[in-house]
Amino acid sequence: MNPSILSNLDRVLTSPLVAALTAPYGVDRFLEPFNPMWSATQVRGRIEAVQRQTRDSVTITVRPNRHWQGFVAGQYARIEVEIDGVRRSRCYSLASAAPGRDGAVEFTIKQQDGGLVSTFLYAYAQVGMVLGLSQAEGEFVLPESPTTPLLLVAGGSGITPVMSMLRTLDGRVSSAPVSMLYYVRTAADAIYGDELAALFARHASWQLRVIHTRDGGSHFSPAHVDALVADLAAVDTYVCGPAALIDALIALSAERGCEARLRHERFTAPVSTAVIDPNTVSGELRFIRSERLATNDGRSLLDQAEAAGLRPEAGCRMGICHSCTCRKTSGVVRDLRSGKLSSDGEEDIQICVSAAVGDVTLDL
Amino acid sequence: MARSRSLTKTPNPSIRSAPQQPSKPLTANTLSLTPAQIEAFGKEMDAIRERVLGDLGQRDADYIRDIVKLQRGLEIAGRAMLQFGWLPPAFVGGVAALGASKILDNMEIGHNVMHGQYDWMQDPQLNSRKYDWDTACPADQWRHSHNVMHHTYTNVLGVDRDVGYGLLRMDENQPWHPIFLANPVFAFLLASLFQYGVALHDAEFDRILSGERPLSEAMPLLKGIWKKTRGQWLKDYALFPLLAGPGAPITFVGNAMANLVRNYWTFTIIFCGHFPADVQTFDKSTLANETRGQWYLRQLLGSANIEGGKWFHIFSGNLSHQIEHHLFPDLPAHRYAEMSVEVRKVCEKFGLPYNTGSLRKQFGSVVAKIFKLALPPRSAMLPVTA
Repeated sequence: MNPSILSNLDRVLTSPLVAALTAPYGVDRFLEPFNPMWSATQVRGRIEAVQRQTRDSVTITVRPNRHWQGFVAGQYARIEVEIDGVRRSRCYSLASAAPGRDGAVEFTIKQQDGGLVSTFLYAYAQVGMVLGLSQAEGEFVLPESPTTPLLLVAGGSGITPVMSMLRTLDGRVSSAPVSMLYYVRTAADAIYGDELAALFARHASWQLRVIHTRDGGSHFSPAHVDALVADLAAVDTYVCGPAALIDALIALSAERGCEARLRHERFTAPVSTAVIDPNTVSGELRFIRSERLATNDGRSLLDQAEAAGLRPEAGCRMGICHSCTCRKTSGVVRDLRSGKLSSDGEEDIQICVSAAVGDVTLDL
Repeated sequence: MARSRSLTKTPNPSIRSAPQQPSKPLTANTLSLTPAQIEAFGKEMDAIRERVLGDLGQRDADYIRDIVKLQRGLEIAGRAMLQFGWLPPAFVGGVAALGASKILDNMEIGHNVMHGQYDWMQDPQLNSRKYDWDTACPADQWRHSHNVMHHTYTNVLGVDRDVGYGLLRMDENQPWHPIFLANPVFAFLLASLFQYGVALHDAEFDRILSGERPLSEAMPLLKGIWKKTRGQWLKDYALFPLLAGPGAPITFVGNAMANLVRNYWTFTIIFCGHFPADVQTFDKSTLANETRGQWYLRQLLGSANIEGGKWFHIFSGNLSHQIEHHLFPDLPAHRYAEMSVEVRKVCEKFGLPYNTGSLRKQFGSVVAKIFKLALPPRSAMLPVTA
């Protein structure tokens, strides 16, 4: 549809008159039940293509609705899915060429052991599925017009933001020289393997080295860098991948005195809840909004918040009225009624019947 | 009213031995339960709760989304038809659809979502703290007067303000006053204006009128109610009628009738929850050191169910399963039907009453009570004998 018609439609839908007519819900609540893509304010995307490049990854092409504002190569967006009735979201790097303001964007998701969202998407992503999306975020981005040579280092699924950078550079009229190191276990694990080969073949000043760490190659060593780049201090370096790879590059840059030219993006793997013993009382409670810190004493989070001088909203104090529900931004809690452990991600919890298992951060 | 309560307290036999004189004599069945049995009963309730909690998933999410979709569809259809209210079929259909949509919004969606029944879905649209409903009562005030006061202190005289709504005499232990001769009239007025009665609930309007509560204390609440009511009026009584052009008066009347239909229906269902015959009320002392088992028992004895079909239960927000709702207020209400089978079994095992009946029986008994309690207690009229 004509974009100006759509933007006029948005103006009407978000007008005070429509808000008054659809009170108290708001216009989106009348649109979403019939088509989740019709939201007047929220970013949503429909999966247009699904491809499984390697045995443990899925590449999805998503067409966002008109609220998507595009992205810069290297950024990520939060993808929200519903798994067995529960909304879950995780951040994934965009892999397609920026800005991608119109048309589809691409994500590649590596299935993580115990990863809820990645496992779900790996198993169930299909054409037509609607995903919740955030706007793109992240500081791991290419300079607007790179004038200096680049060194890109990717490990495993850390290839995704780097792929976006390469595809974006590929579309530019001229680009600075690009050197790239890509660490994967075996040739079969190389996401975008063929496309990388084709891309680098097209550009005379680009050079690629793919290292198969479990098939003859070794893990990162400074020699890999030196074989590609004469002077690390003369290039902008981008690294995305496992913590060990990033730490190694940070150490090398520090050694060569060029940390300022290194940018990195970490993937934090989800912590398994099974390793935490619920009977040991430890950790700290962080109440971020009130900037208080307390040592966890094992009592309910509500009791401890009150002991710390906070006055959170609370009612029945026995888990029935949900007055005390608040956002946990990190950490694992135990339900005092059932003894069950929560996941460690961000979620709403009832603090009157939850106790911290280790460090917990609350939006209180 | 913030009472701290731990989840594991030693049993207190206040319900069993009833030394504090509960407002109505407890049945022989209840009296025969030992503190250990009461806790065993509580454990069985906990087990039912845990089983359903562990089973929550896509089925529940799909159910509530389907109901939301139905409600939104009915609202769109109802409002569209009432734009052409001068056509008699459109008027009747419009009132029916809009009334039904308001009933669904208030009961199966609003009331239940605001209980936190769907908080586990982590969907902001179905979150207890974010949902707002199509009625005069602001959501935050409702969560206090209903979720906290009514559900924690169910049927405790002087604490649970749902007993008579500060307006009616619905329990023999409420002292009689000549004003209660108008009990049936008050009840009819409350039913007609039920959304406003519910809205003024948390502001304790009766206590402001009687001078017990300074107006200044209730002012912020009243402001919230006014803001919400203004929005409701603007939509139902100004904007949608104006959109209908010359048909404005008909749209206005249609919207008013839809609100009225909703008021009578919600009043009927809600009054059947705690006021039919044999539902028990409790003295404040019941609350002292009340254990979880005793709390469950009070919920059971203080609630009554209504029997009916699938759509009757949906349109009553499953408050027709008032007993299960009070035992498990934060579990998705569409589960109450299946849970009621287990709850009844446990009640039979412990010899506990389970108050249920047809709408005719339960509401008939409520109406009878409204009339009966309009009159002074019979004992007061009899000469005192030694």
